Amino acid sequence: MKLTKTLLAGTALAMTAGVASAQDMANDMTIVSWGGAYQSSQLKAYVEPYLEMHPEVSVTWDESSNEAVAKLRAMNEAGNITWDLVDVVAADAIRLCDEGLAMEYDPDELLAEGDDGTSASDDFGDLIVSDCYIPQIVYSTTFGYRTDMVPEGVDAPSNICDVFDLEKYPGKRALEKRPINNMEWALLCDGVAKDEVYDVLATPEGQEQALAKLDTIKDDVIWWSAGADTPQLLADGEVFMGSTYNGRLYSVIEEQDQPVGMMWDAQVYDLDGWIIPEGLDEAHLARVKDFIMFATDTQRLADQAKYISYGPARASSAPLVPEEMKQHMPTDPANAENTFLYNYEFWADYRDDIDAKFQSWLAQ
Amino acid sequence: MSDTTQTGPIDMGNSAANDTAEKKGPMLAADGTPLKRSLNRALRRQKLRALALIAPLLIFVLLTFIAPIADMLFRSVENDIVSNTLPTTTEALEGWDHTTGEPPSEAVFEDFYFDLFLASEAKEHTKLGTRLNYEKTGVSSMFRSTGRGLDDIGDDYLDALEETDERWGDGDFWYALMSGTGTSAPEVVEARRKALARMSGDSLSGDVGFAPSNSIATLLPTTVRAYSDFAVYTALVDGDVVAEEDPWESVYVGLISDLEEANVDGYTGPEADALKAAKAALPGIEQVSLKSFFQSEDKDWVDPSVWATIQTYSPKYTSGYFLNAIDMQLTPDGIEMRPENQQIYIMLFKRTLFMSMMIMGSCILLGYPVAWLLANLPSKSANLLMILVLLPFWTSLLVRTSAWKVMLQQQGVINDVLVWLGLVSDGDRLVMINNQFGTIVAMTHILLPFMILPLYSVMQTIPPTYLRAAKSLGATNWTAFWRVYFPQSVPGIGAGSILVFILSIGYYITPEIVGGTTGTFISNRIAYHISSSLNWGLGAALGAILLACVLILYWAYDRIVGIDNVKLG
Amino acid sequence: MASTSDSEAFVAFERVQKSYDGETLVVKDLNLSMPKGEFLTMLGPSGSGKTTCLMMLAGFETATHGEIMLDGTPINNIPPHKRGIGMVFQNYALFPHMTVGENLSFPLEVRKIGKSEREKKVMRALDMVQMGDFANRRPAQLSGGQQQRIALARALVFEPELVLMDEPLGALDKQLREHMQFEITRLAHELGITTVYVTHDQTEALTMSDRVAVFNDGRIQQLAPPDTLYEEPENSFVAQFIGENNTLEGTVKEISGKTCTVQLDGGELISARPINVTKPGDRTRVSIRPERVEMNKERLQEGAHLLKAEVMEFIYMGDIFRTRLRVAGRDDFIVKTRNAPDQVRLKRGETVEIGWLPEDCRALEA
Repeated sequence: MKLTKTLLAGTALAMTAGVASAQDMANDMTIVSWGGAYQSSQLKAYVEPYLEMHPEVSVTWDESSNEAVAKLRAMNEAGNITWDLVDVVAADAIRLCDEGLAMEYDPDELLAEGDDGTSASDDFGDLIVSDCYIPQIVYSTTFGYRTDMVPEGVDAPSNICDVFDLEKYPGKRALEKRPINNMEWALLCDGVAKDEVYDVLATPEGQEQALAKLDTIKDDVIWWSAGADTPQLLADGEVFMGSTYNGRLYSVIEEQDQPVGMMWDAQVYDLDGWIIPEGLDEAHLARVKDFIMFATDTQRLADQAKYISYGPARASSAPLVPEEMKQHMPTDPANAENTFLYNYEFWADYRDDIDAKFQSWLAQ
Repeated sequence: MSDTTQTGPIDMGNSAANDTAEKKGPMLAADGTPLKRSLNRALRRQKLRALALIAPLLIFVLLTFIAPIADMLFRSVENDIVSNTLPTTTEALEGWDHTTGEPPSEAVFEDFYFDLFLASEAKEHTKLGTRLNYEKTGVSSMFRSTGRGLDDIGDDYLDALEETDERWGDGDFWYALMSGTGTSAPEVVEARRKALARMSGDSLSGDVGFAPSNSIATLLPTTVRAYSDFAVYTALVDGDVVAEEDPWESVYVGLISDLEEANVDGYTGPEADALKAAKAALPGIEQVSLKSFFQSEDKDWVDPSVWATIQTYSPKYTSGYFLNAIDMQLTPDGIEMRPENQQIYIMLFKRTLFMSMMIMGSCILLGYPVAWLLANLPSKSANLLMILVLLPFWTSLLVRTSAWKVMLQQQGVINDVLVWLGLVSDGDRLVMINNQFGTIVAMTHILLPFMILPLYSVMQTIPPTYLRAAKSLGATNWTAFWRVYFPQSVPGIGAGSILVFILSIGYYITPEIVGGTTGTFISNRIAYHISSSLNWGLGAALGAILLACVLILYWAYDRIVGIDNVKLG
Repeated sequence: MASTSDSEAFVAFERVQKSYDGETLVVKDLNLSMPKGEFLTMLGPSGSGKTTCLMMLAGFETATHGEIMLDGTPINNIPPHKRGIGMVFQNYALFPHMTVGENLSFPLEVRKIGKSEREKKVMRALDMVQMGDFANRRPAQLSGGQQQRIALARALVFEPELVLMDEPLGALDKQLREHMQFEITRLAHELGITTVYVTHDQTEALTMSDRVAVFNDGRIQQLAPPDTLYEEPENSFVAQFIGENNTLEGTVKEISGKTCTVQLDGGELISARPINVTKPGDRTRVSIRPERVEMNKERLQEGAHLLKAEVMEFIYMGDIFRTRLRVAGRDDFIVKTRNAPDQVRLKRGETVEIGWLPEDCRALEA
């Protein structure tokens, strides 16, 4: 009798304890990401280590980053947010923040200091492009080309304007089916200075100028809409050169051994990172905050670069990146001789307008 | 007398009454109720039971089909975000004439300041910026950046006020000042609560814990409005106690603006001295006009065209989305065509209809012989063929579409074979994908079963004796087919065509993958606006037009062919 | 009439065989010839090959072996639409998307006959089947009998010399069927058309035909005018198939000219007419029509064999009485008697003696 009573009391105690901790932090977390190699780099670099430290937590992945903005908006309208942490590109983060769908946060409160002691806000610096955005990595959109299709007696393409030079480098090109990046490259190759590109692009004349430049290669362009398209087109020999994310090219070159070369000139930096959806309940928010503190610290971001050729968003992580990966990083000095930073503010304003013109031009 | 003897005559009387009623009045049922009523009751019970049986389906269809469509149609005209977010501004703008080429008056900017301040606290201003950016490029960042700078002007005023009295920054001081004494005016707070509720879309019920006195509300109307905004937000959104929180910066802006006009000499309420001191110090405080404040935040705020856009889109409902969807736009000067280099939708609608017709046509051409074979082969081989027809159904759409890529691309299977056969030289391989041809091929393949199945089920019901009869009557094989078999299979063609056409009109995955630039459909743009640009209003308008197109075509089909002639089996 | 082809024959099958699967023959060595103007019925159970023969004649099936001749020309290689044969199908096969008039004018149109001529012929054909007012109706708006008439008119409108009918009355009710039987024969004779008619209904065959070909197992069992067929069946199948028939089994004792003596399996002796028994000792089936059985001894010949019979059932059918008897160990022996005033109504369990004239009793092969 006594034994049973003690046991019961013990169980009850354990249960209350369990309930108490569950109230502090939820034990389930839904993380939204892109799937594929990128998601597995996240899994290995910090999700698995975090789960080892917190075996009570279970993580559900949702590979919906592609349409995260639309889905979050729909969830918000339905009043039922089921995601805890969403991986999005910077432009989407800005829009989510504008829409009030992402939570604003204080970097120095939510994120760990750099291991060299710099505050989080300094460590991430300008890469925090929105009050809601927790950047993780820097990637770039750049060009790859078939080394075996370079005409004889001609150097391999090394300048962004080689994309527009059909005489020297005949063959098809793969470009993304949207104005972003293409318009900038076109202006750069039409004689506009790098720091004036967005000023020119803000004017209708500048937009016309960019489209006119693109017109010169329009017949030789295959337009892609999924990041996997260009690597496939390159592998099939359908195109001579094409733009895509540098990590995709890395795997075509290093993992699939295709005769493809990188052309880093005028690569456009972009960011990928987390947002926390607005309207999480306290328990889930506490869990997410705990996870974020861990997952974005100096070591974890450097670890991620082991698995994918994207640069960590923290300055303090850079020295920790393994030597053999450094040469594939878009941020490596050898690759970053001529780079271009995607202007989020500009595109947030001009996207609808220029997209209408771009689509209309495309359809002609 | 016993009971039994008594009931006898009464019964008889009743039946006699029944007899007469039968002759004169309505027919009666056995229990005396009119026959019609009891019949109705019996039928009603049946109807209710039938309704209960289909109720789950009915509810399902209503919830998952009718309601979303209605919601979509509503979104395509809904525009209350402008007037909900900037209620006083849009009202004040009514008196402004955009043709003067001048920005609105200071009064409008003042209303705008307080509207925008509340909106930015509620994080609604960037939504409005996004909405207005669809109509006027650049507005989005104006709202976003100005939203961040709204505190500056109030902070400056607070510094100046605190020089007259340290307590101007304190929450309890302000609470005492604003609450005042005497009769209170809770309607001011209530009005602000309603405004905030409309803006945020939440109901915001509960006790604010603040009501200004009548006298202070008359004396300092703008301040009281700003403070009420603060009080409502603090109490109902943040869940804090109003008296304990420091007021928003907008309250100081309101106070400085009010003090200019207000005569505070006779005021005797709480903290009247501080108020008088502030009034006295007013000439020493540097005042900034709100117009110039906004101009310094972004020069475009004094651009009349920005205000004209806000004015044009202040009504709760707008035709703007629909106009956009047909390459027009609603401008302050009326409805105009979009510039030619932005026109795309009408072309896409035409292309979608044209390509859907092509796909339907090629489905008929390819599907008809297959369906005929299916209907006429012995069942063993027909079953095998049927499996082949259905096989694509069991394969993922993406896989099938990607397979076409492999087949049709320039380094693809078909081109390789043609080059190997020597039909095409290696230099000019055929371009069969990323254009209309690729889209038509891939979609014909994907939609073919939807043509074959109804055709097959109709053909199955056509007995072979008709063909034999025709031949025995002297018709050649062709005549027998064309005059006798074909007309009877037309209902199958009709059903298949409607299915294929309607499905293809709404397809977007396949055109996206294999369509290139010339093979994309209007649905690709709808998908873009729903998932990428988030311009759901425009997406909804495009969808509504597409729906209307389908309904019109359906109606035309019914008039020409007759919908009774459509058979699925 | 000759059963092999001769110069008079309008339609002739010569040693025709048909196999669908290459293993079994559906039609085995068929020989048939019919003169112009004859109404010939192919009668038989389903699967006996009669419809296949019709389809071969129409051209929808090809003979595996042998020749089919039409008016002296072999037609094996002539496609159906050039044979000029009218045909009425089991379910009429009226084109549902055309009006009655269009249905009738279809064979004329494909023959490129002018419009006025066409209309005249259509009206004449419709009048012929008393359907003149229905030219603008759709087949679905007509009753079964009306559709049947239209199908007939359509098969006749282009004035074919040969008309084939594949169980055309199968879907009609009894009264209408009888009426149509009369109509069809009347038309066929009036117009002098050669008709091949397929049915499994023996009454239809007997009432309508000039000659009936009884099919079984891919062969013609007997080809004869209806009365011959009924009265003088040449084998057990025909005897069984045509009309009602009593069968008794036994062994031939002796044959003398046109009579023979048969010992039934129960030991009783009867006399019969030998048809295809040749010598004493042959097993035989003796067949007697129920209406030829006599229970009144006075009507029988002197010295006729009599059999004992026990009444199992007596059925009153109005015009006749139908009595089921147990005879020679079998209890399915039927006797039909006219409902005459002097006729006794037998009771179950009664014992009677029955007999028959030897010429009514045919000894067939076992």
